[in-house]
Amino acid sequence: MVKKEIKVINELGMHMRPAGILAKRAMAYNNCDITLRVNGKSVNAKALMQIMSAGVKCGNTVEIICDGMDEEMALDELVGLFEGGFGE
Amino acid sequence: MRIYTGKGVYGAVAIGKIAVFKRKELSVKRFHVEDRNKEKKRVEAAKNVAREELQDIYDKALKEVGEANAQIFEMHMMMLDDVDYNDSICNIIETQAVNAEYAVAVTSDNFSEMFSSMEDAYMKERAADIRDISNRLIRKLQTDKDENTLEMDKVIICADDLAPSETVLLDKDKVLAFVTSHGSSNSHTAILARNMNIPAIIGVGDEFLQEISDGVSAIVDGFTGEIYVEPDEKTSKKLLKKQQKDEEKRKLLQELRGKENITRDGKKINVYANIGSVENIGAVLLNDADGIGLFRSEFLYLESKDYPTEERQFIAYRKVLESMAGKRVIIRTLDIGADKQVDYFGLKKEENPALGCRAIRICLTRPEIFKTQLRALYRASTYGNLGIMFPMITSVREVEEILSMCSEVKAELINEGVEVSDKIELGVMIETPAAAIISDMLAPMVDFFSVGTNDLTQYTLACDRQNPEIEDFMDTHHEAILRLIATAADNAHKHGAWIGICGELAADTSLTERFLRMGIDELSVSPSFVLNVRGAIRDIDLTK
Repeated sequence: MVKKEIKVINELGMHMRPAGILAKRAMAYNNCDITLRVNGKSVNAKALMQIMSAGVKCGNTVEIICDGMDEEMALDELVGLFEGGFGE
Repeated sequence: MRIYTGKGVYGAVAIGKIAVFKRKELSVKRFHVEDRNKEKKRVEAAKNVAREELQDIYDKALKEVGEANAQIFEMHMMMLDDVDYNDSICNIIETQAVNAEYAVAVTSDNFSEMFSSMEDAYMKERAADIRDISNRLIRKLQTDKDENTLEMDKVIICADDLAPSETVLLDKDKVLAFVTSHGSSNSHTAILARNMNIPAIIGVGDEFLQEISDGVSAIVDGFTGEIYVEPDEKTSKKLLKKQQKDEEKRKLLQELRGKENITRDGKKINVYANIGSVENIGAVLLNDADGIGLFRSEFLYLESKDYPTEERQFIAYRKVLESMAGKRVIIRTLDIGADKQVDYFGLKKEENPALGCRAIRICLTRPEIFKTQLRALYRASTYGNLGIMFPMITSVREVEEILSMCSEVKAELINEGVEVSDKIELGVMIETPAAAIISDMLAPMVDFFSVGTNDLTQYTLACDRQNPEIEDFMDTHHEAILRLIATAADNAHKHGAWIGICGELAADTSLTERFLRMGIDELSVSPSFVLNVRGAIRDIDLTK
């Protein structure tokens, strides 16, 4: 299992677009469980509505936890998405 | 005549008859089923059809309102496949042995309620998305084929609220305007109306729908957010005039799209756009600007809570350069201080911030911040046609320091194996009288000048921009300012540099001819003024 904390820089927080991109990318890792821990909640990074329902705002710290096949690769990619502000 | 007021989300006037948008009521009954697997299979089949429909809507939206707005339907497709949403539907079928329609309806209620109860205004709105996809799914389960169609011709659509897919599916040629009793500026109806250039008013209140009916005449004024039902003659006349004026202007501007910025005697001028964030690029392209003459990089600093990283800046710059596809993009380095303050910079309180530590002065006293920005810019340079300009220059020494930092950053990146464009143009802003007066000394050092008329006016006339008391003394057409610009233009050309104007004065069409006679090569204005300036340029004959 690998994990990393990262700050959300998107102005509107994890609104639909970034949440959608995140879920889509996370889903590519079939055999790896990916969890986000934020504001005391744990959500499945592959579930769009869960991510959105966590109400993640700009400036929140999110812990990404990857567990399974290709976990390092998954973590790197997702961290990159957050760092790049999901291209916004 | 009755007048209702809401929030205008797109400024235009529409005159016509009202059509109340009727949605086919979905009635979902709960009944017991024996074969649960069959219900689950029905859900899958309905989902497939719904997905195809959403793909069609996405394609239609892509053509009509652009990718950014079409994306919502891509998200709807993803929601349709959401794990939790589907688990919920299957669970209800499994545990209660009920029909698929009912399971979807209950799931829809639960999920939309979860979003409605969130504090964030944006998230609250997402309840509508859940209902939209769920209703689509239910319609497919009931094998309902008909979408809402309009029978009458050219109408003002009035509704409680419109789901995004409903808005897109309406035949655009038949819609004069949208009026909804609910909705917010975040709602898709608002966003889509803006992009479809259709006057729209949202949030006019519940009583509105109860007091109107099909076929009643009305006027929608999207500028003021007012809707006049059964307007009297005086109002009709007034608004008809307003509409004609607006349409004339639009038509004129539309005619100018795709035309060159060229004077009657054949001199070509570059008309560029000023923007402050990546989101404005759409407006730049829409208004047909030749490039970006001022990209204010401050937004990167103002919107974050800490210094933006090199990577984050790089991504933003790359995006602008790529979107402009080889057209010139001039990015101005950090210009904070004075009226733009950022907490984490920890700048000291100053007696006189306009004359204080701002813009290039911060960059030169805190080179680590400046270097991060320069590195990001140089890295992005290979993605388009980049110009970098430096604000608040007053001396040759400053420019020497900047240029040496640029060379240093460039060498460093090449050393690291990073590709850097060798066509980057470097320029300085002429926004202090000092810079204009020594422009003969600055010109040989740079590729271009860009005149910032707002600050140049403030410093030349010793008039504080923020002080409304002295507005009468702030004569933006003051001869002193125009002469300083003329001096800078002469000196630029003597040394083979080009010169543009990026301040507010650039959009002042009463000065366009004077600027052109000075030899100004480029005018950079807000996207919505680009075509106005183009019109002015095309009317000028410099031989006369």
